[in-house]
Amino acid sequence: MNAFWCVVEDDRSGRPKKVMAEVLGEATRLGGPTEAVWLTDQATDEGLTQLGEWGAGKIWLLENAAFAPYRSEVWAGALGDLAQKESPKAIFGPVTSRQRELLARLAARLGVGIAADAVGFALDGDKLVATRPVYAGKLLSKVTWAKRPCVATLRPNVFRPADAQAGRTAPVERPAVSAPTAQMKFVERREEVSTGLPELTEAEIVISGGRGMKGPENYVILEQMGAVIGAAVGASRAAVDAGWRPHRFQIGQTGRTISPKLYMGFGVSGAIQHLAGMRTSKVIVAVNKDPEAPIFKIADYGIVADLFEVVPQLTQEFKRLLDK
Amino acid sequence: MKILVAVKQVPDTATQVKIGADSKAIDTAGITWIVSPYDEFAVEEALRIKEKRGQGEVVAVTLGPERAKETLRSCLAMGCDRAIHVNDPALADADTLTAARALAAVIKQEAPPLVLCGRQAIDDDMGAVPAQLAEILGWPSAYWIMEEAVDAGGKSIRVARQVEGGLEVFELPLPAVLTCQKGLNEPRYPTLKGIMGAKKKEIKDVKAGDLGLGAVERQLSVVNLEALPPRPPGRVIQGDVATAVKELVRALREEAKAI
Repeated sequence: MNAFWCVVEDDRSGRPKKVMAEVLGEATRLGGPTEAVWLTDQATDEGLTQLGEWGAGKIWLLENAAFAPYRSEVWAGALGDLAQKESPKAIFGPVTSRQRELLARLAARLGVGIAADAVGFALDGDKLVATRPVYAGKLLSKVTWAKRPCVATLRPNVFRPADAQAGRTAPVERPAVSAPTAQMKFVERREEVSTGLPELTEAEIVISGGRGMKGPENYVILEQMGAVIGAAVGASRAAVDAGWRPHRFQIGQTGRTISPKLYMGFGVSGAIQHLAGMRTSKVIVAVNKDPEAPIFKIADYGIVADLFEVVPQLTQEFKRLLDK
Repeated sequence: MKILVAVKQVPDTATQVKIGADSKAIDTAGITWIVSPYDEFAVEEALRIKEKRGQGEVVAVTLGPERAKETLRSCLAMGCDRAIHVNDPALADADTLTAARALAAVIKQEAPPLVLCGRQAIDDDMGAVPAQLAEILGWPSAYWIMEEAVDAGGKSIRVARQVEGGLEVFELPLPAVLTCQKGLNEPRYPTLKGIMGAKKKEIKDVKAGDLGLGAVERQLSVVNLEALPPRPPGRVIQGDVATAVKELVRALREEAKAI
């Protein structure tokens, strides 16, 4: 078989997340064969169809009430048993709160290496080489595995998503795999108050406010812009440490790593800790009063001006553009 | 209750890093070393658990060369009771699995009911060792915890872990491995008394042989380190705000195709 396995990240309601198009797309680009492995308490037909359209040649469906909610001990056990039987050549998953832990645990179970948060892959003969940012994103490290399967997590928004092909379907195989009994017990889930904006690590556009925002009350202007262009709103460490935004909104080291298509920083100086979390963004815009702010060094477009003048006008311009 | 905290010495974020001669590791000359920032949240949480329970012991453990003792001293200065240094050239450039196997061997000897780690070390940002420890030990684990409470009998711990869109609360029987992150607590600064006291606290050196580790076969190896590819030069858009904003939107749409 020797397939590339892509471990499905879903919305906990039976639908794979969009980032799976990137993971499946990369597995296919590397030559496949591409297979999805889905651990869930309940898959949907729509979700299975989606995985096929994104290029999964086969779907391993491990459907069991024990898989919800996610617990690494249960998932790694089931996944490990299946991997030992089927010998995939690689096991990929997106960087998410679950898979960061799951695939590390799985690699230990299988006695193989893991490359976390990869941003690129290349084949050297049949040897897989992964590229990953290290030292606060200041260097890139190329790593390779001593043996298969090559386990890796892939940074969202970096890899080209597979083009969905309507009508392409994948056979579903339900292997006889038992789920280990969980030692940890689920108590409850506490939902965050939704901002109505996308999640920071998943968003294609991220707006970030730094010390220049002057206070928590001013983030509303960034949220207004976010609502117009469908962007997540984050913050720099300085803003989080000042108590202006909760920690979950922090971009950078000790916060979230993002790699959106478009990043726009307002009043963000661009400290090395911040750059560590956003420097792989495709297009970077910086607005800052200080022309010496380090963020201008990596920005594709900069405006040296007061953000409180720029933001409302920019929101209006975006509105005009997108209304057309 | 005994709590073991696994820590790592890393270059300060602000330090300039240069690729070393073999191009597989950085040139360590002139580097300022610190305790990986996430590990400080783990040390702080361990100290708080001990203080709340009014008894217990917090043991810091690290894997690294001789200079990593500085990191253990910092943990002792914060309030850890003693430290263990896995200090063996045979374990240099360990991959995560090698590191996890060595640390798991220490944990088996120490038998603490709770192991705390930082979410990831800020040098290689793998974040893999805690989960691998849990797997090797057969313990449950929870990543990215934002709160915890140990039950009165010290038999279980309730944690809230950060997931996309919220927090998930679990109860884990002990022993267990947890990873700590920002938002969990505010790490203390060592006091002068703490720094002086740290000099008298024990740091035990252990070798691979003491841990019963056999031949070390690395599963992941570095092919080479590379500098970042340069970003295409950017431009600062000139003109008054109204003009600059219009030009920015035009460029984002027409040149960058980003909106």
